[in-house]
Amino acid sequence: MKYLDEFNDPKLARRLLDEIRATVTRPWALMEVCGGQTHSIIRHGIDQLLPEEVELIHGPGCPVCVTPLECIDKALEIAARPDVIFCSFGDMLRVPGTDRDLFRVKGAGGDVRVVYSPLDALQLARRHPGKQVVFFAIGFETTAPANAMAVHQAKRLGLANFTLLVSHVRVPPAIEAIMTAPACRVQGFLAAGHVCSVMGMAEYPGLAERHRVPVVVTGFEPLDILEGIRRTVGQLERGEHRVENAYARAVRADGNPAAIRMIEEVFEITDRNWRGIGRIPGSGWRLSEAYRAFDAEHRFDVTGIRTEEPAECRAGEVLQGLIKPTDCAAFGTSCTPRTPLGATMVSSEGACAAYYLYRRMSEPALPREEMNPVG
Amino acid sequence: MAEQTVVDPANWSCPAPIRDQPVVVMGHGGGGALSAELIEQVFAPAYGNALLAGMTDSAVLHLGGARLAFSTDSYVVRPLFFPGGCLGDLAVNGTVNDLAMSGARPAYLSAAFVLEEGVELTVVERIARAMGAAAETAGVTIATGDTKVVESGHGDGVYVTTAGVGLVPERVDIRPQRARPGDAVIVSGPIGLHGVAVLSVREGLEFGIEIASDTAPLADLVATMLDVTPDIHVLRDPTRGGLAASLNEIARASGTGVQLAERAIPVPDAVANACGFLGLDPLYVANEGRLVAFVPPTEADAVLAAMRAHPQGAGAVVVGQCVTEHPGMVVVATGLGGTRVVDLPLGEQLPRIC
Amino acid sequence: MCLAVPGRVVSIDDTADPLTGLIDFGGVQKQACLEYVSDVKVGEYVIVHVGFALQRLDEESALASLRLFEELGLLEEEFGDAWQQAARQAAQPTEGSEVR
Repeated sequence: MKYLDEFNDPKLARRLLDEIRATVTRPWALMEVCGGQTHSIIRHGIDQLLPEEVELIHGPGCPVCVTPLECIDKALEIAARPDVIFCSFGDMLRVPGTDRDLFRVKGAGGDVRVVYSPLDALQLARRHPGKQVVFFAIGFETTAPANAMAVHQAKRLGLANFTLLVSHVRVPPAIEAIMTAPACRVQGFLAAGHVCSVMGMAEYPGLAERHRVPVVVTGFEPLDILEGIRRTVGQLERGEHRVENAYARAVRADGNPAAIRMIEEVFEITDRNWRGIGRIPGSGWRLSEAYRAFDAEHRFDVTGIRTEEPAECRAGEVLQGLIKPTDCAAFGTSCTPRTPLGATMVSSEGACAAYYLYRRMSEPALPREEMNPVG
Repeated sequence: MAEQTVVDPANWSCPAPIRDQPVVVMGHGGGGALSAELIEQVFAPAYGNALLAGMTDSAVLHLGGARLAFSTDSYVVRPLFFPGGCLGDLAVNGTVNDLAMSGARPAYLSAAFVLEEGVELTVVERIARAMGAAAETAGVTIATGDTKVVESGHGDGVYVTTAGVGLVPERVDIRPQRARPGDAVIVSGPIGLHGVAVLSVREGLEFGIEIASDTAPLADLVATMLDVTPDIHVLRDPTRGGLAASLNEIARASGTGVQLAERAIPVPDAVANACGFLGLDPLYVANEGRLVAFVPPTEADAVLAAMRAHPQGAGAVVVGQCVTEHPGMVVVATGLGGTRVVDLPLGEQLPRIC
Repeated sequence: MCLAVPGRVVSIDDTADPLTGLIDFGGVQKQACLEYVSDVKVGEYVIVHVGFALQRLDEESALASLRLFEELGLLEEEFGDAWQQAARQAAQPTEGSEVR
């Protein structure tokens, strides 16, 4: 058992697909919450193999898409300071702020570094005592234990030159917000497996009951995704709305108690803006009072930032499943992967970018300027 | 064009979308869309000649009655030494391969060093010896050279620029525009080895893996293929941007589509697993000793057999074909039976968490 | 949000703070923090995200999932559409050798 190839078996995938096809009798709209699941769906072409009754809506579970613009702008301002080494996961480098991104800050002389783990940023702080090392602590519940450990260690070591710029978000309040939107089309959720590996499943029965919506904890390999879809469609067809665990090998009902304890020690729940969606109550974490000294927003004065999204971008409605990317007037015209207006056009898994690629594939020929050879 | 061989988390390039870049960003050397724009918008208009429009790895020139392939490349890599090779191997093999991709027999190389003040001479010597050995293996002569030194802090230790010339045999016309629907797409061996080998020793990312860079000269393999038929349509060495970038360039230049079968693409397990935990796609990872060939269907079996009999092509396989559908695009049939579009990278891939 | 991959614990450094171990991801070896799975043993599989083991992988559950998928298939094959019939015949030319 290697826990990878076994769950990418075409023969078993075909069986799951046949079972989904045999079960479904009418159209259903399912949201996969996590960007990692969206990635797997696109990478394996799963969306094209499903019966046409099953629509997958790509949810807001991607920090690239939902980290608020004012937070990106704060990151850019801090990263540009000469006394700062700014550390980030690779994901955030390409996310546009109001007038630039982290690449451009680096191009202009900023010391911006990609790290694999927040502990790598901590090491940089220990090696460069004369510099302020700032780690861009973004992500969902999955990433929170790692970022919490980094700041916990920094406090124990008494590091005075290490801070976090925190923009942590939580999944359950986002699902709540999506379900309470008046035009909500989502009828079932594939919950994010690795979020639940950490947090467990306790937060979901209330959601499922309140909104009468099936919630199936789902993994990331092709068979995991298909099994999540199969179980969700099965519940919908039977008129059920339960929480199920389709990723039992990595998710326990109570999650990882040690990780939850560390999160609760270091962070406290706060309201958070989601890019394109708006303020969702209780949907984020910030550093708790005991760790306030490690908060980059307190160490650096970045409070005066005002931001504005491009007016024609409707990424927020796309993220909530309210419209399809093709319903947006800017789609494919003023907004393309090379000139994105919103974050959903930035990464290849963003809902808008994914639609854009497939639309191009179905066109008979490309416009001349797209055909230029390159060398 | 600058040689930026792999993702460099400490020195990465820009897949970012802000288009009106007023400054050079790393992505301009990444071999993707930003590199292409730099050529199209800055260099090609400034130099103004038809030869550049071919956009091939090496230019084919008519000189004194002969057809001469001519190419130049700058090499920057961190660290300078990595499993399976060093900067010196890349500097020779890279230019040899650029010449070979137009079907030429490489003959002479130049080598220009930019050295940073303070670099140990033993480092320069190791790189120079690697170049000498690689040149001997490839059957080329390093005929001329130059050295400049920049102040400490103004360079990355050692940069090397090589240029090379070679003769193109008669009846050989290899360029991306010649891809035709029906052509078999052949890859000469396992992909992703160089990029992953360099990443495994990159500061801040180090991981243990038992693979080495595939850096190797490909001119002899190409000669072997041309012995089967001079009518090979396209050759490309998928370096920066990996197989994905090369195939997109060919599809766009020829106005054809490329269809790949994911399960046929030779990705070693260790490469797949390293890409898995970093969140990279092996199709975009650099190679330094592989080629991709577009071969007419009637010749594909014979060419494939000849490649497999050659040490540099022992792992050669057909990975897909050239088609009339979706012109300018590369589409992969996934193992599950779905499809996905493999686009030209903007810059280079970054390790991701999402 | 969730690029986490399974790997096998190769060794554990009890002296490291936080607790650290070497994880093998199918031929790729990298250190990871084991503080959140502190009772893990060498040879067990964990799921790793940004250098942190988040959870041990449960082999029983994994095998149960795969068995379930196999059984779905068997149910389908009892009826089977034309495509499956053809595929089965192509794969199994000898009558009666089918293992149910």
